[in-house]
Amino acid sequence: MAEIIRNKEVVQDDWTVLREADAPLPETGKIIVPLTRWLAERGALKARKDVGVWLNPDDDPAALVDDLASLPLIAVDFPVFRDGRGYSTAFLLRTRYGFAGELRAIGDVLRDQLFYMQRVGFDAFAVREDKNIRDALNGLADFSEVYQASANLLQPLYRRVARGGAA
Amino acid sequence: MYRYDHYDQKIVDERVVQFRDQVRRFRNGELSNEEFLPLRLQNGLYMQRHAHMLRVAIPYGLLSSRQLRALADIATRYDRGYAHFTTRQNVQFNWPELDDAPEILAELAKVQMHAIQTSGNCVRNVTSDQFAGVAPDEIVDPRPYCELLRQWSTFHPEFAHLPRKFKIAVSGTEENRVALTVHDIGLQLYKDVNGETLIRVIVGGGLGRTPIIGSVVREDLPWPHLFTYVEAILRVYNRFGRRDNKYKARIKILLKALGVEAFAAEVEKEWAHLKDGPATLTGEELARVAGHFTDPLYETLPATDAGFEQHKADNVAFARWVSRSVRAHKQPGYASVTLSLKPTGTAPGDLTAEQMQQVADWADQFSFGELRVTHEQNLALADVRLSDLFSLWKKAKAAGLATPNIGLATDIIACPGGDFCSLANARSIPLAQAIQEQIDDFDYLFDIGDISINISGCMNSCSHHHVGHIGILGVDKNGEEFYQLTLGGHAGHHAGQRREAALGKVIGPSLSAQEVPPAVDKLLRAYLLHRIDGERFIDTVDRLGADPFKFAVYGADAHRKEAAHG
Repeated sequence: MAEIIRNKEVVQDDWTVLREADAPLPETGKIIVPLTRWLAERGALKARKDVGVWLNPDDDPAALVDDLASLPLIAVDFPVFRDGRGYSTAFLLRTRYGFAGELRAIGDVLRDQLFYMQRVGFDAFAVREDKNIRDALNGLADFSEVYQASANLLQPLYRRVARGGAA
Repeated sequence: MYRYDHYDQKIVDERVVQFRDQVRRFRNGELSNEEFLPLRLQNGLYMQRHAHMLRVAIPYGLLSSRQLRALADIATRYDRGYAHFTTRQNVQFNWPELDDAPEILAELAKVQMHAIQTSGNCVRNVTSDQFAGVAPDEIVDPRPYCELLRQWSTFHPEFAHLPRKFKIAVSGTEENRVALTVHDIGLQLYKDVNGETLIRVIVGGGLGRTPIIGSVVREDLPWPHLFTYVEAILRVYNRFGRRDNKYKARIKILLKALGVEAFAAEVEKEWAHLKDGPATLTGEELARVAGHFTDPLYETLPATDAGFEQHKADNVAFARWVSRSVRAHKQPGYASVTLSLKPTGTAPGDLTAEQMQQVADWADQFSFGELRVTHEQNLALADVRLSDLFSLWKKAKAAGLATPNIGLATDIIACPGGDFCSLANARSIPLAQAIQEQIDDFDYLFDIGDISINISGCMNSCSHHHVGHIGILGVDKNGEEFYQLTLGGHAGHHAGQRREAALGKVIGPSLSAQEVPPAVDKLLRAYLLHRIDGERFIDTVDRLGADPFKFAVYGADAHRKEAAHG
């Protein structure tokens, strides 16, 4: 079983990402299917409680609006870590559409992006396999303070604290 | 100017720790080149032709004497004793070692400076009017808004991996002195009848390979919506901007593809969700930040100074310098002074560590310990008493910083070019020097008067050649350096002239490095021949069009040659 970071801890993971849209579905076990598959077989897949959906960078998260209350997990794929569309996808899922389940970053997921990913609402990280996941965990703590509002902290710094104390 | 509180300091200090560890992991192979690249870029660290280059942010161009001394110290200890000031109000060190970069950042953090987001596909250093807070025509002081945007954009988690770089400029005057319309976002601040600050939002301008003048996307935006509106623009761009081709990835291409109405509609739709939400700016926070930009303790002085007038009458050289370098100030008895970093024979925008120390001393002595970096790659002391101008001039002259050429033909804007930059097709600095030498006669320069000459070593247009009255672009022709001349560009402001920004047009086949200085000279002489009634260079170009200038450079067969070169 693979390891992932969930809620700031390295844990064993029993979800399987089905990368191919037409891959055969396993009878049992937790699976994460592509959005296209979900939309095509929604009725059947929804009956199973162990199905999550993963989104491409150009998938519109609004396509899942009707399913958010029942979906246990949504993953957002980063084919290349430099492609930042997934950050907006996560932000929208959390703040606009109110998704409360597990939001997982998959693909080219690296230590030096984890801090930003957690801020836009990801709470689980499938760190790229060739990287040391325990080292990556440190990335979540790069900064102890932030200026702006985002999904993990809805109030900006100036609304949270009294500013102006000398440096 | 803005002073960090302990939150600002902590964020910058933690960045130093983070980057130190990133360099360590790169060195020991945990981070690949490809993985390290955007990390170092977002810390201003480029790989240049010969060495690394570190770009340090000078937020909206404001610098204290203490900070300038720290830059001088870094130039001495970690570089080759000089630094280069840029058109985006940043400063660059050309020779630092990668392994020293964390130490340099730590030194910068001690004086409340950083290199955060000075490069990479993120929101860059916000630029503004170099005479913010002292200009007589200022309607709204842009500095608090710039600082608020600096904090908002610093490590914004959602917008750190944009399709491409993102540049914001802010202006608080009617005259456009910050090239608002060639930025990804230009914010123009003004007031409504009740004195409340409103914002005109201009989006999608930019130079580079596809120069485009920006479009107004929103008028009359009340200031509390500053962050939410900019957030809406960036979210639309982050989601829908092109990522398949870096030359088509700027927001200007998205805006052109959608059309300004459809783009504005997308932004408004997104903004409807954010408007009046928690990211709305509060009066308290605006007041806190604005409190850092109050006037210094000006003396009550008469509007004129007899000693200053006497020196001008007695000393032609001083009077000449005053006519170019000294600018009106909102406070009676004070003036703003621009120190020229363009004496003939030096690299435009370069300053030695020794000169930095001297300028820092003058800032302390004459200008409340602060100075400004200008878009034209010069430095300015914003708050000098008229009675001190003569003393300042003597010191600046001795230090080589009083060339009376501000806004004249030798005040050339040039990128580092092929001598340093690995992107460049051609060198910029030696060409700037050769042009300066060609026209280095003050009677001639003063006769020509106001003009901007901008030299970019490649299509990335770091020196904004498209908006130079004369633009010079380095191109590669079968491995050889050539230069294209453009005419009639305008940044929207130059030396008190107000007009719409315009992009220059190429006037003929490209020229070799040897041919460019005489060609520039011919353009200037054609202007002198054709001008009427005190017209400035750009006015004559506008009135006559390019033909007489083409003829001056290329002769009667200008059109034939042009056609032959396609």
